[in-house]
Amino acid sequence: MSAFLAGGIFALLIRLELISPAKEVFDADGYNQVFTLHGAIMIFMFLIPSIPAAFGNFVMPLMIGAKDVAFPRLNLASWYVYLTGAGFALYAIFTGGIDTGWTFYTPYSTTTTTAVIPMTFGVFVMGFSSIFTGINFVVTIHKLRAPGMTWFKMPLFVWGIYATALIQILATPVLGITLALLIVERFAGIGIFDPAMGGDPVLFQHFFWFYSHPAVYIMILPGMAIISELIAAFSHRHIFGYKFIGFSSLGIAFTGFLVWGHHMFVSGQSDLSSVIFSFITFFVGVPSGIKIFNWIATMYKGSISLKAPMLWAIAFLIEFSIGGFTGIVLGALSIDVHLHDTYFVVAHFHYVMVGGTVMALFGGLHYWWPKMWGRMYNETLAAIAAVLVFIGFNVTFFIQFIMGTQGMPRRYYTYLPQFESMHGFSSIGTLIMAVGYFLIGGYLIYAIFKGKPAGPNPWKALTMEWEIPSPPPHGNFEGTPQLRHGPYDYDKVVADNAVPEYMHEPHR
Amino acid sequence: MSHTAEPTTHLAHHFSDTQQQADTAKLGTWVFLLTEVLLFGGLFCFYSIYRSWNPEIFHNAHKFLNVGLGATNTVVLIVSSLTMALAIRSMQLGERRKTIWFLVATFLLATTFMVIKYFEYSHKIHLGQLPGQWYTFQGVEGTNPHIFFSAYFMMTGLHGFHVLGGMGLITWLIIKTARGGFSPAYYTPIEMTGLYWHLVDLIWIFLFPLFYLIG
Repeated sequence: MSAFLAGGIFALLIRLELISPAKEVFDADGYNQVFTLHGAIMIFMFLIPSIPAAFGNFVMPLMIGAKDVAFPRLNLASWYVYLTGAGFALYAIFTGGIDTGWTFYTPYSTTTTTAVIPMTFGVFVMGFSSIFTGINFVVTIHKLRAPGMTWFKMPLFVWGIYATALIQILATPVLGITLALLIVERFAGIGIFDPAMGGDPVLFQHFFWFYSHPAVYIMILPGMAIISELIAAFSHRHIFGYKFIGFSSLGIAFTGFLVWGHHMFVSGQSDLSSVIFSFITFFVGVPSGIKIFNWIATMYKGSISLKAPMLWAIAFLIEFSIGGFTGIVLGALSIDVHLHDTYFVVAHFHYVMVGGTVMALFGGLHYWWPKMWGRMYNETLAAIAAVLVFIGFNVTFFIQFIMGTQGMPRRYYTYLPQFESMHGFSSIGTLIMAVGYFLIGGYLIYAIFKGKPAGPNPWKALTMEWEIPSPPPHGNFEGTPQLRHGPYDYDKVVADNAVPEYMHEPHR
Repeated sequence: MSHTAEPTTHLAHHFSDTQQQADTAKLGTWVFLLTEVLLFGGLFCFYSIYRSWNPEIFHNAHKFLNVGLGATNTVVLIVSSLTMALAIRSMQLGERRKTIWFLVATFLLATTFMVIKYFEYSHKIHLGQLPGQWYTFQGVEGTNPHIFFSAYFMMTGLHGFHVLGGMGLITWLIIKTARGGFSPAYYTPIEMTGLYWHLVDLIWIFLFPLFYLIG
């Protein structure tokens, strides 16, 4: 969360700078540093670890009726490893910063004078944390399910986390070796990525995107996993197309490994590979579409209650759809050549990452906050904040699609006068969003101390984590938990907010 | 999962029985080994790309590797895999002293491997074949021969780190076995280290022909 704050402040600075084409907050070099830090912090320190490490560790064992994750000590180790990596990243920030963009492309990253080695080493170390988490989740889901919890009775959140963990395991080692090669290249000049010495800088891009494209699914799949829970719980209806949603997560994970080349349409790969990568890229739309349609079908004729988490889920549906469709636009070869490295790309991935993952993250945060702390937040404020962020987000980024099609390149510190009004509009949206985020921070923290007791099941949901007191006692379950009904049997079971029989006093 | 839980001090609180605990450890180790394969996979990819671009350089440069030492090291590692497996077998049979001896043998073979590697490395560094800014060797025909040595040092170097890591684990196993930490009912760490050790061995079995036996 503090990484989100830091990354967010950098984002705010970027938008402030871009209010007008002139120099406001910092100069061109400073701007390069800030957008690099914004990207690197948000991706490696916030989006990738946030949902798996926060909700995955907390909710996933509860959902499958496990008392803990398979390797608790490895889990703790992954936290310390993450902190160590973050420490190196901080060290990089304070010893000259870094101005390569979060992608660390060679040859610039091997020649710039900024602190590339500490930053990439930090990311390398954080990669181990990600791998540890992935191993832990896969093994936990395989081996620690409660009696009766078969694969197809697992909540869909668990399916999403499982698909995420598989990507973490299969992709992160490749990033590790890529960054190791980059560090050695920079330190010793072994020439792997240097054409003058017989190397190939594009090879770095291949290696990098082989991880980093799957990594965007590390970021979005847990978001989708949360949305499946929210939609079912607040529509009070059996989720539509359970198996389709579950398998589409694995489908996205699998397809995600075959599309890395679509980041490199203008980087000098062969036309044939561009065509193939473009074609496979369209396939990612299929499982994503399956999910969206199944969620909407679940809501259809459901008894929807518009609590705060559901507001976030609906925001997710709208914004992720926009993000997804513009992804198809960018995946088309001829159009991408025009839109490549423009604000259209910026808007696209912010619609997916912020409009998708962050909305889902806040949905999940509002959904499980009462379970985590045993206390309720102020629902009126929560609704206001959700609407503020939704409006602020769209004001900020929708206009960037338009700027992109008109040729505003990304990562530029200044721009032509014709873009001034649109940049100004976009910056205002950022301020609205910031107000919303600070509001959320405020009432959630207030709820921990002063909120009303929430009870075990404030949403009357049917997944297993709601059967135990809030917050969960040590060891999660009393004895071996028994599965009494499926996760979405809203047509058969009516849940209440009663304290389970074995706990006479609400847990404080 | 229907095995009866036997009273044991090794069962962590979140498992229902030792069988589940051992299965969990085994699956976790295999998944970890998978990430190791992918880690090395990046380097194997690097190797195959540059070899297909520069077949002559790889052919000319590999002549500077000592096949005799490489072959010796291959035999050393394969034998160490055998002693590792025998250590697991001995603990299954409850023969603690034998287990310790086999573990010590594995450790000594690993040390032998590293010592031979040390002599190979220092000879190459002496000739100026260390890649990057230190590369001064002129004996290989063709442009950019250092690429071969980049691959050689990166891949055997990463493998060497894994051997060192394995030696650390084996040392820990020797101490724990000597203190009576394992029994035929609980020897999971020995088995898991064994799996890891076999992978390290296996990677070398690929590295040896790829570098020493080109052409």
